[in-house]
Amino acid sequence: MAIAESGQSSASSPLVTQLHGWVTTVDHKRIGIMYILMSFFFMVVGGIEALLIRMQLWVPDNTLIGPDTFNQLFTMHGTTMIFFVVMPMLTGIANYLVPLMIGCRDVAFPRLNALGFWLSLFGGCILYTCYFTGDALYGLGSAPDVGWFAYAPLTSPAYARGGAVDYWILGTSVSGVGALTFAVNLVATILTMRAPGMKLNQVPLFVWMMLIDAWLILVAFPPLTAAQIMLILDRYAGAHFFDPQSGGSALLWQHLFWFFGHPEVYIMVLPAFGIISEIIPVFSRKVIFGYASMAAATAAIGLISLGVWAHHMFTVGLDDRLDAYFSAASFLIAIPTGIKVFNWTATLYGGRLQMRTPMLFALGFLSMFLIGGLTGIMLATVPVDWQVSDSYFLVAHFHYVLFGGSLFALMGGCYYWFPKATGKMLSEKLGLWHFWLLFIGFNLLFGPMHISGILGMPRRVYTYQAGQGWEFWNQVSTVGAFIMGFGILFFFINIAVSLRSGKKAGDDPWDAWTLEWATSSPPPSYNFEQILAVRSRRPLWDLKHPEDPDWKYE
Amino acid sequence: MRELRKGRFRQTCYGMMRWPLALALVACCPLLATAQSPDMFNPSSPDAAEIRELFYLVLAISAIIFLLVGGALAYFIVRFRDPPGAPRDDTEPPQIYGSQPIEIAWTLAPTLIVFVLSLVVIRSVIAMRSDPPEAGVIRVRAVGHQWWWEFEYPDYGFTTANELVIPSSEVDAEKPVYLQLESADVIHSFWIPKLAGKTDLVPGQTNRMRLQADTPGLYEGRCAEYCGTQHARMLIRVNAVEMAEFEKWIENQKRPAVVAPGVEAGRQIFMDQACANCHTIRGEPAVGKFGPDLTHLMSRETIAAGVLENNRENLSDWLADPDHAKPGSRMPNMRLSPTEVKQLVDYLMTLE
Repeated sequence: MAIAESGQSSASSPLVTQLHGWVTTVDHKRIGIMYILMSFFFMVVGGIEALLIRMQLWVPDNTLIGPDTFNQLFTMHGTTMIFFVVMPMLTGIANYLVPLMIGCRDVAFPRLNALGFWLSLFGGCILYTCYFTGDALYGLGSAPDVGWFAYAPLTSPAYARGGAVDYWILGTSVSGVGALTFAVNLVATILTMRAPGMKLNQVPLFVWMMLIDAWLILVAFPPLTAAQIMLILDRYAGAHFFDPQSGGSALLWQHLFWFFGHPEVYIMVLPAFGIISEIIPVFSRKVIFGYASMAAATAAIGLISLGVWAHHMFTVGLDDRLDAYFSAASFLIAIPTGIKVFNWTATLYGGRLQMRTPMLFALGFLSMFLIGGLTGIMLATVPVDWQVSDSYFLVAHFHYVLFGGSLFALMGGCYYWFPKATGKMLSEKLGLWHFWLLFIGFNLLFGPMHISGILGMPRRVYTYQAGQGWEFWNQVSTVGAFIMGFGILFFFINIAVSLRSGKKAGDDPWDAWTLEWATSSPPPSYNFEQILAVRSRRPLWDLKHPEDPDWKYE
Repeated sequence: MRELRKGRFRQTCYGMMRWPLALALVACCPLLATAQSPDMFNPSSPDAAEIRELFYLVLAISAIIFLLVGGALAYFIVRFRDPPGAPRDDTEPPQIYGSQPIEIAWTLAPTLIVFVLSLVVIRSVIAMRSDPPEAGVIRVRAVGHQWWWEFEYPDYGFTTANELVIPSSEVDAEKPVYLQLESADVIHSFWIPKLAGKTDLVPGQTNRMRLQADTPGLYEGRCAEYCGTQHARMLIRVNAVEMAEFEKWIENQKRPAVVAPGVEAGRQIFMDQACANCHTIRGEPAVGKFGPDLTHLMSRETIAAGVLENNRENLSDWLADPDHAKPGSRMPNMRLSPTEVKQLVDYLMTLE
């Protein structure tokens, strides 16, 4: 993966110099790769936590890991996957690609960009230090056990003594500041540094969605940071923001947290939308259907997602009118999301679909996001939510959205752009193993959770009694989890094998149309020998098909 | 080429049909086999039944959309995929940039669905939110604790724990019970799937809920909001009984505890050790409020919030080491000797 900054030095330099080059780099591509590597590392950690969770739930009344460890595991699993797997992976891919796609030489603030990465990594390190620290109350390795949502007053000093929760607060808030720097940088880059002639309505859809994504980060993360500072003040300065016993409000935390937490769902899924908006056209050999409505739908999602947070709070006893409003607003978000799904499907129509690994992941994303989206409509139906929220049905729903949706597409993106970043192709054969194991394992794991949820199984329970009809479904889930684990293993094997002995990629292995394919693979540190002037949404199509260029139709 | 595609398509369709059939079979067997599970598909109250109907409605809409979109997706994949082994074809297919009428159509259709759904939801939310109780309706104040339930019957002046007894509706009259939900510490959630959706118990706030059981029976439920170490073992049992039996139960619960002869040693341990600091036994000096009211302990079928059957053996184990049965439980280990445990259980067993 070593990318030559300047040809002669890296080939002969010893490891230390290389490492020094990576640590001190301000090149957006290297920073992007480091984000992705960080995300792979935490994916393994979070995945092991998930497997332990599934092992504990294999049989009723299991005593394998016990309540405290289990509660720590699901807290760490959720926090890790959201803040340290999906976020860095999307940040890394965007960091790598956006400047290439808009044809510029770097991001607007390269040093800020580096700072952002180190803050994110630092946040992850802070969070995981908890496993190595002693604690007067819980002994060695006291991870937070309050859930990734950290509801007050369970996190208040009265109920969460010891330092565990502080690791959660510090780790996530530091990485949150990292996310903010990334967002500022990305917005500035996209708005001011596009190639000559490239209008905002001609940038690739991935860039469009990352623009909205970055904007959402800018709006959603500050309230989280504010809430976390309030919680720290509660814990150490005797404040009572979230302490009902002294006039604080337990629900204030939920409002602040979900005002971040719901947009966060879209922050995690918009880059996925963007990625498959690039993959599906290329592997269908067709232009995306309805570019303008795609971009407009993205903006609509960005706006509406800021007004639906209390649909996570239908059971807390809000006013009927509030419930009705948040229900309707949540339904509303189905419209732009639906437009996107229809447009992707329509893009397939009449195409020549090439079933390469990136395309498989994109189609896998489509089918599973469809399921996740439809169960989302069920959850927005308030009375139904009263039954199924906080049950395994909900667990199934958000994993279909965030794993089957977001992570599948992000992995598809890794397959699609790996040749660009490394100059090597990933193996199709190992890619097929990866995809199918992941797809089958995923559906075995999360499909049955719909059923166990409807059968009354609440989430976040370390054990359950026999005779509720849950054993069978939990066992199917656990089997699925391990199949999926093997799938991920193939992913890493594929990367390792292909890096050593992968086929040479060439500049444009997929015969694609966006600007990142107009430079060498891997690109030089300055990105382009020559910056192309852009006249349409598919500059390379124009180049390859001078007889029928795109700008005639726009 | 076309024939090749057609053949493949037919073959794939047959292949795909096998899956839903097999899945449906797999899905049905356990569903039928475990009528005991606390699921929302066998409701026993008007509210739970209405939620099920709503669920079916949204499920049907979702299923139609899923079949349409998923079907189109599957069809396009099969129909337009590059057949492996076919000669390489380098021409690009016709480029379709979009179509305004189609895009407008598939914006308007979901908008319509969403609008109608919203109206349906608003209607049923208003119908199902409970009003303040009318006179004569049975009220229960339910308080969530880490990790057990306190049920106070304010109109009758007694408190019980973990097992809620309510009258079941009779042929001629509905017998709803109004719950006033509060929390003593962190957020909990009260969930009996067969009787109603869940409602949270939020500290510093009082929530309301209507609970009704159409038929007598035992309804199981549990805390649904993560509340700490033993969240998993904070079970609720709702025992719906006929009115006559309910009144008999009320009469018994209203009585203060009577000290039976021959258990003075155990009673003394209870009052001298810290037990009395946390537990109440009405009519006795024990007035603690942190733990369950034990005045009529033996009228309950379970102990430790539904985790253990209430019998001599389990009570002894529980007193000897609460952490063994329910690790992390707030009940401290009093380090009683086996004789003391026996005497204490002798006493507790008289609290009927």
